[in-house]
Amino acid sequence: MDMYSLMREFADSWALLALFVIFLGVLAWAFRPGSRAVHDDIAQSIFRNDLKPAPDAAQEKPAPDVAQEKPAPDAAQRKGA
Amino acid sequence: MWDYIKLAVLGAIAVLAAIGVQYGWDLPYKVNAAVVMLAAAATFIVTVRGMERPKRAANMGEYNDGVVRAGVIATAFWGVVGFLVGVIIAFQLAFPSLNIELTGILNFGRLRPLHTSAVIFAFGGNALIMSAFYVVQRTSGARLWGGKLPWFVFWGWQLMIVLAATSYVLGGTQGKEYAEPVWYIDLWITVVWVSFLLVFIGTLYKRREPHIYVANWFFLSMIITVAMLHVVNNMAIPVSLLSSQSVPVFSGVQDAMTQWWYGHNAVGFFLTAGFLGMMYYFVPKQAERPVYSYKLSIIHFWALIFLYIWAGPHHLHYTALPEWASTLGMVFSIVLWMPSWGGMINGLMTLSGAWDKLRTDPILRMFAVAIGFYGMSTFEGPMMSIKAVNSLSHYTDWTIGHVHSGALGWNGMITFATLYFLTPRLWNRAGMYSQSMVSWHFWLATIGIVLYASSMWVTGIMEGLMWREVDANGFLVNAFADTVAAKFPMYVVRGTGGLMYLSGALLMVYNMWMTVRGLPAKSAVNTNNAIPAQ
Repeated sequence: MDMYSLMREFADSWALLALFVIFLGVLAWAFRPGSRAVHDDIAQSIFRNDLKPAPDAAQEKPAPDVAQEKPAPDAAQRKGA
Repeated sequence: MWDYIKLAVLGAIAVLAAIGVQYGWDLPYKVNAAVVMLAAAATFIVTVRGMERPKRAANMGEYNDGVVRAGVIATAFWGVVGFLVGVIIAFQLAFPSLNIELTGILNFGRLRPLHTSAVIFAFGGNALIMSAFYVVQRTSGARLWGGKLPWFVFWGWQLMIVLAATSYVLGGTQGKEYAEPVWYIDLWITVVWVSFLLVFIGTLYKRREPHIYVANWFFLSMIITVAMLHVVNNMAIPVSLLSSQSVPVFSGVQDAMTQWWYGHNAVGFFLTAGFLGMMYYFVPKQAERPVYSYKLSIIHFWALIFLYIWAGPHHLHYTALPEWASTLGMVFSIVLWMPSWGGMINGLMTLSGAWDKLRTDPILRMFAVAIGFYGMSTFEGPMMSIKAVNSLSHYTDWTIGHVHSGALGWNGMITFATLYFLTPRLWNRAGMYSQSMVSWHFWLATIGIVLYASSMWVTGIMEGLMWREVDANGFLVNAFADTVAAKFPMYVVRGTGGLMYLSGALLMVYNMWMTVRGLPAKSAVNTNNAIPAQ
């Protein structure tokens, strides 16, 4: 079989199947039990670290619930500056 | 020591470019060489002056916002340039006498790629780079990686824009749509784009957040895919090192397929994935609510990645392309409708519980309309990819209308809203100078798009029907020139819509200028926008 037909046959059989299975796997992973808390935390992450980088890992980590208490717009946070 | 190496390299580049100016084979090459020489000389002078000053280490306790500010300015500037050229060529189509004879520089054929590249790569590209730099820092809780590399990305991109623009108007082109830049500009794009990738990945690598926020996935997929598309589609062998001409390595239908694999995924990953990254960060921020469903955003992302790359062949229906490839492109385009609308719903529903803000916040209204246009054009696109529809719509102005409802409605509107979001924050102002000007911009742009899209539907379907009209004996009824004459009124309406869109953008620039120049800072702005919080 020539190269084109060989690749063509591979593409519309095993390669197609593999890609489809990977895609389903991704969906299953997104819906895995217990993912809700993780996803909620990521969704909230845009309201943290708005004005400056997070402190060094060596320093004390800020409690996440404290950070979440102020998803306020910048104006509120900057007032104290 | 490092500075001296830099000076030597810059000096060598300037000398080589000067040789290029002297010995180049064609005018675009000579002019581009002159631009490179000037850029190298300017960088040389800046480096020399910088050596006199004491070195100041970057403050790792603050974000690198200087480069984002520069990106905001560049986005607004290139936006106005791109829209202006668009309005000019729109009226050139309505009134051909506007093709002023100036050795061809102002001909439609030269200005058209200038318009498309200016709006996609200069306006859209700067918007993507600056918002990727802004978003990746905030969502990673880390300063941009790479020291001065982000600045190299910024200035390298501007140099690319100037090189491409000066090349186009003098006739330098590869003749590939949206990939017109000639071979040496393509090499430069690759260098700059890989630097962009390094800055982005480097910042993600040192992130302080455990997870990578979904906006960054979209940005990263945009950067990687565009790199791949760009390299493959621009594979060419230069005729000479002293010529802007090159010979593509593919030929015939393979070349056409590669070009539209590139062309469609440039739309898919540059103008869709990248701007979705903006949507997933800026819309929740402006609405002050987290994204409607994070799970949906994951599905949206992976479905887009798995599907988009196959949709390209729908640009080549009824050509030498094999039937199966054409059908494959059509089917994947239609399936793509699902994730696109999933994303649209996710963006719009982020406003749920905050719908009242649409009444009071013109910036949020702009975001909402942008998402609406995303939904409309991702419905229209799959429909036009169906072969039966395409046989009517292809080669007509309907295609142009579709592109512009996506580009003006989705990309343009979301970029304007992002600029309104960023300007007060980056320059530390309480808000925009004038909210009513934002409102005016919103309405001018929206009505402009409506005029543009509706006139193109009318003229596109009309000319499609006129082209295929046959009489009782099977002869074509209309000559091509008949359709051109019939389209005149719609062309005037289209130009008017474009003019409104341009006026809105000018209003935005004035508003941004007055916000920075006219309003007092909330507190002193230093070079890096460091505000000691608390």
